[in-house]
Amino acid sequence: MSAPGFGASGAIGEAFARCKASKRAAFIPYITAGDPDLETSAELVRALAGAGADIIELGVPFSDPIADGPVNQAAATRALASGTTLSGVLDLVSRSRDQVGVPIVLFTYFNPLHARGLEVFAEQAASSGVDGVLCVDLPPTEAAADYVPALRERGLDTIFLVAPTSDRKRVGEVAEASTGFVYYVSRTGVTGSRSELAPELLGDVKRLRRRLSLPVAVGFGISTPDQARAVGKVADGVVVGSALVRLVEEKAGDNDLVQLIREKARELATALGGSPEEAR
Amino acid sequence: MPPADPGSRPGYFGAYGGRFAPETLMAPLAELERAYDKISRKRRFRRRLDGLLRDFAGRPTPLYLAERLSDELGGARIYLKREDLLHTGAHKINNALGQVLLALEMGKRRIIAETGAGQHGVATAAAAALLGLECVIYMGSEDMRRQRLNVERMRLLGSEVVAVDAGSRTLKDAINEALRDWVTNVRTTHYVLGSVLGPDPFPRMVRDFHKVIGVEAKRQLKKQARRDWPDLAVACVGGGSNAIGLFSAFLDDPRVRLIGVEAGGTGPELGEHAARFSGGSLGVLHGTKTLLLQDANGQIAATHSVSAGLDYPAVGPEHVDLRDRGRTEYTSATDAEAIAAFHQLSRIEGILPALETAHALAEAVKHATRLSADKIILVNLSGRGDKDVESVMEYDARAGDRS
Repeated sequence: MSAPGFGASGAIGEAFARCKASKRAAFIPYITAGDPDLETSAELVRALAGAGADIIELGVPFSDPIADGPVNQAAATRALASGTTLSGVLDLVSRSRDQVGVPIVLFTYFNPLHARGLEVFAEQAASSGVDGVLCVDLPPTEAAADYVPALRERGLDTIFLVAPTSDRKRVGEVAEASTGFVYYVSRTGVTGSRSELAPELLGDVKRLRRRLSLPVAVGFGISTPDQARAVGKVADGVVVGSALVRLVEEKAGDNDLVQLIREKARELATALGGSPEEAR
Repeated sequence: MPPADPGSRPGYFGAYGGRFAPETLMAPLAELERAYDKISRKRRFRRRLDGLLRDFAGRPTPLYLAERLSDELGGARIYLKREDLLHTGAHKINNALGQVLLALEMGKRRIIAETGAGQHGVATAAAAALLGLECVIYMGSEDMRRQRLNVERMRLLGSEVVAVDAGSRTLKDAINEALRDWVTNVRTTHYVLGSVLGPDPFPRMVRDFHKVIGVEAKRQLKKQARRDWPDLAVACVGGGSNAIGLFSAFLDDPRVRLIGVEAGGTGPELGEHAARFSGGSLGVLHGTKTLLLQDANGQIAATHSVSAGLDYPAVGPEHVDLRDRGRTEYTSATDAEAIAAFHQLSRIEGILPALETAHALAEAVKHATRLSADKIILVNLSGRGDKDVESVMEYDARAGDRS
């Protein structure tokens, strides 16, 4: 059923519509699947959902993550070292998705999908319960022929990035290729926390939202509740990644890792006006 | 030669190439493409670049008939295109000067580059120094160890050399880090990619800057050998820039057999070599769709070569298309064969070749004995071997221990 506000269908569209109805931005935490191992990731997904995540982004580890900063690079290295494969990540989704009831987006590089075969990947992702895919090194021009049709046909949302360097023509191409939401990169650069938001960010997001009918989530470099709150005032969703991944790095193996992630996520969800205590 | 696939999209060579980049780089890549297409055709730009290639870099490079080597092998005449005699010691300066000059025209004040063997890094550092631009070079820490001399050369030329400790700590990881820098600083910075790799327009731009190699060789052959074509042209292939520079002048001449030589390393297992044509499969790395060394899950494999400049898991997309069209062939030389060829050329001709180049020589030697004396083999002597003296000594010491 079409959700009010964005005219979107699917669980991702509904999640944004729910947030819009309660006048807040969606909280979208990111973790790398398989860091430190897939069992722990499954627990973390449950914790994030319970702490108020509206959508969960799962990173598919890749050997050469050119769009990631040091924190997410190290996470991918740990995940690969623990034997994580695309199949393992999809298996994690199929075990978690219905249980947590929160839409799951894969954040991935193109080569692992290409190696699997796009049709096969789309089929497996959809049957595992994946809701959308963001392929960070696949621009709409290269995605149009095979990737977008393969994913759309199985009801998967195709999420693309808009960057501060994107000109009007590119924004148009991204808007056309995207479903679910558009992901705005908060500043030129790789993933990872920054001490301050880019000064032009809030204005840029406002302008972008006026141009697009899809929700706009903002990520890359947002790590604190204050930053999330500021961005949440102008965006439809806020992605927080490296801040959580760093906590996984520091506390991997500790008994309280899951609890610490839950608390951190709760802080961020609360900053965005969510009500993490309510049962989902 | 069969024509290029007419349905090929812009930025593609047949089914290979393209522009697989994070969104932040997409508009800047389009800007680079426009600038390159416009500026590089201007007479003022051509004149300035040609002047620098002549007076600063030392073009034209000689075409040298390696008589003693040819006589010893007792077969075809071997001609060496002496790119090793260029300033900074390899063909890389052709592209570095072209791109740094382009960056200057585009108003970029900061230059970054990756380097494997260090030859592209030294060339870029020299070009940046010459034109007064800030320069940062990314280099894997394993490569810094085995190419120490080049690290110091880059620093003396005023560049900052950043050690990359990730992954296998070689060329692939240096490119990852250079791309991350570029994504971050793209408004002020031009990335001087060092081979016919990466997202469009890099593969064709880098090729164009190296076409001069083949153009000169053809002209020189006509004068020195009384025909402007060789029977066989051989070049080593890491990304494939020196090979494409040489081959491009002969692509339309079916009499010329073209062979690219990859790094066969120590064996045929994944991780022991960098032979993409025999051990690779189609994938996307560093912005381009091409043959890659990867595992079944699409994770990029480790590579090995005694030469840092060939130690890379992907090959330039145009080479794959040329192979598909039956125009070029690819083979590999092992570490041991390259080292043997290094010694052979050093002793017989008084030329220390780069270990990368030694792979091409190893293949040329195999053919020379089988071809008659009226045949001509043209080898791109792409770089000089001073940088490799320590690696060769190390290799020989280990080989001595084993025997």
